Order: sequence, then C-alpha cells, then structure tokens
Amino acid sequence: MTFYLTALIQGLCLSAMGLGIFITMKIFRIPDITTDGSYTLGAAVTAVLLTQGWPLLPVIGVTVAVGALAGVMTGLVHTRLKIDALLAGILVMTGLYSINLSILGRSNIPLIDINTIFSSLAVFERQVYNELWVGLLVMGVLSALLAYVLRTDFGIAMRATGNSESMARAMGINNGRMKIIGLAIANALTALSGFLVAQYQNFTDINMGIGIVLVGLGSVLIGDALINWLGIRHVWLQLLFVMAGCILFQMVLAVALSLGVNPNLLKLITAVFVLAIVGIPRLVRRKKL
Amino acid sequence: MIELKNITKIFNRGEVNEVAALEDVSLRIEEGEFVVLVGANGSGKTTLLNIISGAALPSKGRAFLHGEDVTGLPEHKRSRWVARVFQDPLGGTAPELSILDNFRLAALRTRRKKLKIGINEAFKASVRERIAVLGLGLEDKLQQPMGTLSGGQRQALTLLMSVMDHTDILLLDEPTAALDPKSAEVVMETAERLIRNYNLTTVFITHNLRETQRFGNRLIQMAGGRIARDLRGEAKQQLELEEMYGWFG
Repeated sequence: MTFYLTALIQGLCLSAMGLGIFITMKIFRIPDITTDGSYTLGAAVTAVLLTQGWPLLPVIGVTVAVGALAGVMTGLVHTRLKIDALLAGILVMTGLYSINLSILGRSNIPLIDINTIFSSLAVFERQVYNELWVGLLVMGVLSALLAYVLRTDFGIAMRATGNSESMARAMGINNGRMKIIGLAIANALTALSGFLVAQYQNFTDINMGIGIVLVGLGSVLIGDALINWLGIRHVWLQLLFVMAGCILFQMVLAVALSLGVNPNLLKLITAVFVLAIVGIPRLVRRKKL
Repeated sequence: MIELKNITKIFNRGEVNEVAALEDVSLRIEEGEFVVLVGANGSGKTTLLNIISGAALPSKGRAFLHGEDVTGLPEHKRSRWVARVFQDPLGGTAPELSILDNFRLAALRTRRKKLKIGINEAFKASVRERIAVLGLGLEDKLQQPMGTLSGGQRQALTLLMSVMDHTDILLLDEPTAALDPKSAEVVMETAERLIRNYNLTTVFITHNLRETQRFGNRLIQMAGGRIARDLRGEAKQQLELEEMYGWFG
C-alpha cells in the first residue's frame, strides 16, 4: 500500500510539470524540451538554498523565478531569433546542464535532516499520509490558480495565440510576447516539480531531469486522451485530468516495478509506454477507416 | 482615413523568385468610404490589404491611418483602428475557443487583456442580443466551440466581432469566397448593415463582379501591382458587367 501511495505522491509532485507541458503542448502547441533543464534547475536551487538554511517560502519564490527565466530564454530565442521552438528548447536545456552543475557545485546534494515541505505537516501518525496531504494541497492551490488564469481575459488571449495566431494578432495580441509568457509559466511550473521531487526523494542529482520531458508528455497525453474521450471543455476539469494523467503514469511504472521489472529498464518502459499511448489510438483510428 | 504614399512591396528581394507585388502605389481613402478592390490573381489586392493592416510592411513608401504614420507598426498594434475579415473562415476566429471567448477577445481588441474574469452575465446577454440579430439561432449556443460552426456562420460572427470594440477601418478580404450563395448573402447583408450603422471606412476585395456592382461607393482595379482604375460615384454605378469582364483580358 505504502508503495502505491509513494507512487501517488510522486505523481502529484510531477503534476506541476504536467501542467507546464499542458500549457506549452496543448495551449501553445510548442514542443518545449527546456523541461529537462528547468526541472533539474528547480531541484538544484531548492537543494542549495535549503542546505543553506533558507525558509521554504523564499525558496519557492526563487525556484519559480529561475524556472520562469529559463522559459523566457527559450521564448526569446524562439520568437526574437526566429529559431524553431524545438531547437530553442534544446539549446537552453543544454546550457542549463552546466548552469545546474555550477549551482550544485557537485553532481548531487542529499537533503538529509533538513526540514522540507513534506515534513511541514504533522497531522497524521503515518508520515506518508502527511506527505500525501502536502502534495494534494500544493497541487490543489496550483491547479486552482492556473484554472483561474486560463479563465481570465489574459488566459483567453493565451489560448487564442495557440489556437489561431492570425486571429490573435487581429485582436491586438502580441503573439511573440504571449509565447514568452507561456513558456515562462510552463517552466516555472516545471521548476516547481523539481522543487517538490527534490524534497520528496531527499536529494538532488544533476541527471534527475534526463528524459523527464517524456514522462511529462506521456502524462499529458493520458490526460488528453481522457479529456477527449469524455468530451471535457471546462478548463479546471481539463487540468484535473492532466494531473490524473501524471498520477496514472507513475502508477503504471509502480506496477511494473512491483511485477519485478529491473529498475534499470525503467526508462525503456517509460519510452515504450509513451509510444503505446501515442501509437495505439492511431492504429485504432486507421483500422476504423 | 487611410493614406498610402508611394508604396512598393517586394517579396524575396535579391533571390531568383523576387517579385514586386506592389509598385509605387499611392492611395487616399476618406473616412466612411466603401472601396471595392478588384483585380486578377497576383495583381496586388491582398498585399495592399496586408500593408494597410500591418500584416506586411512595405519595402518602400509610407502608410498613414488617421494621419498617424504607421509604416513600421505591426499588425497587433494597428488593430486599435483596423478590424479584418479573412477569406478563410478559419482565419478570423479561434476554432477551439467558444463563441463567447471569441467575442470576449473581440470586445477587448483595442484594450489590455487583464488577469480578471470578464465574461459575466451582462456580457453574455450583450453577446446573445447581438448574435440574435443574425437570425442563425446561434444565440443559445454561446459555449459551443467556434470550429463546430459552418463557414458562413463563422464569417457572419467574425463581422459582428469586428464591431465589438471601437473600429474605424474594416478590411474584407474576399469574405464570401468560400461560402455557398445563401451564406454569402447573409454575410454581405450583415457587412452592409454594420458598415452603414458604424460608418466604417471599408476596403472590400472580391472576385465577384456582381458584388462589385452592388456594394461600395468607389471601385479600384489593381493590375500588375499598380492601380489601373479608380472610379467613384456615377462612374462606378454606371459600370456594366461586360465592361468589367473586359478588364481581365
């Protein structure tokens, strides 16, 4: 049971990244892989600041700021230099590896005997329930905030930019600036995932972000499949289903591990699982035709 | 008022496929004028419209809207004067957004899109009332995604959206080209009503010569990137269809 609760909490921690990828992939239709770098960036900043004794709130502020900055960099490269979004993301992600290493000062930092966000709640006897509630509370607040933003006039303008650039321009929207803001929000959310995961697993490692974008993409695709299947149009419900996708993804990996699959094969399982999510619906559709 | 001074637009400059879409075009359109723009494919009509809207910037020359030099001003900034209906019904709306969301953006075309929820009951009622005038039965489907509507319905709504916020200039880029005759009639009737009620300065591109006869108080024919004919008043009214056919060789 604890094993699956751990997977559930892990899924909640990664949900922030899922929401970020939802913004870039589904709202702006930008393939942004800055994610691998901004996730580790959030974790690295968290580890360094917490070990220096910073309180949690300023750490959250700095994490959000540096994540947003990474997104702004990708956005500027993409919109100002007119470089393909995929390449812009690769460039910033590659650069971030060195920056993350510089921030960490070594390849990993353990967070042992340090007060983390998950140790801040002591209501239940079993620590795993406290951690679960922290995850639920954080993601509840984040998703409610994001749902509010997407329903505002600014949020409608964001969605219009991703949906029809010609219409958005005609409505007085600066598409380039809007994309930069979208990438900033998305990468700030991704950095927040790094912030949560680093504290949940009690360490930050320079390689923890490698391939994490695939986990996020797979999670969003699961959520998107559910959204389309159920015909959900309400923004807040869509965000909930994206988070459900993140949790389901982690559950599948947990089941694979509990069936005795070698942990070394986890990345391969992740890739095959995402391939299945993307590929099976296409095969089914082709068969129907 | 729209004023273009010696506008030249060259695409792919210095390359083998270099083409001059507009050559030294000067044009002044007074406030409230309804200009119909005709010409063969590649004559420069859409480029001229793009120069006015800011979708394309001129290689040479200057553009003015209401006396203000807007030559280097991008399209999203010119939207404070200019509304546009595209030839493709998909171009002027966001298909995945609801009718209501599309109208909300249109209502804020010249204003900042703030971090506040602007769609309230009063706004819904105002949109419902405006859409009901069309008689298409869309006033009860405000939450429906724009992409689920027919081309004609979308063009008619795009026209309504163009006057949701302050508008001086309306650019109609073959708005009926992709529509069946009945839908085209609804769209043009709506356009005519809005242009009259809001006293809009209008530039209307069409390939339909009957529309050329019926609409507008000024006719400009483009050929080879230049203005070949500029007819107003009676000279326009007395034009025969056969004579216009002759312009296209």
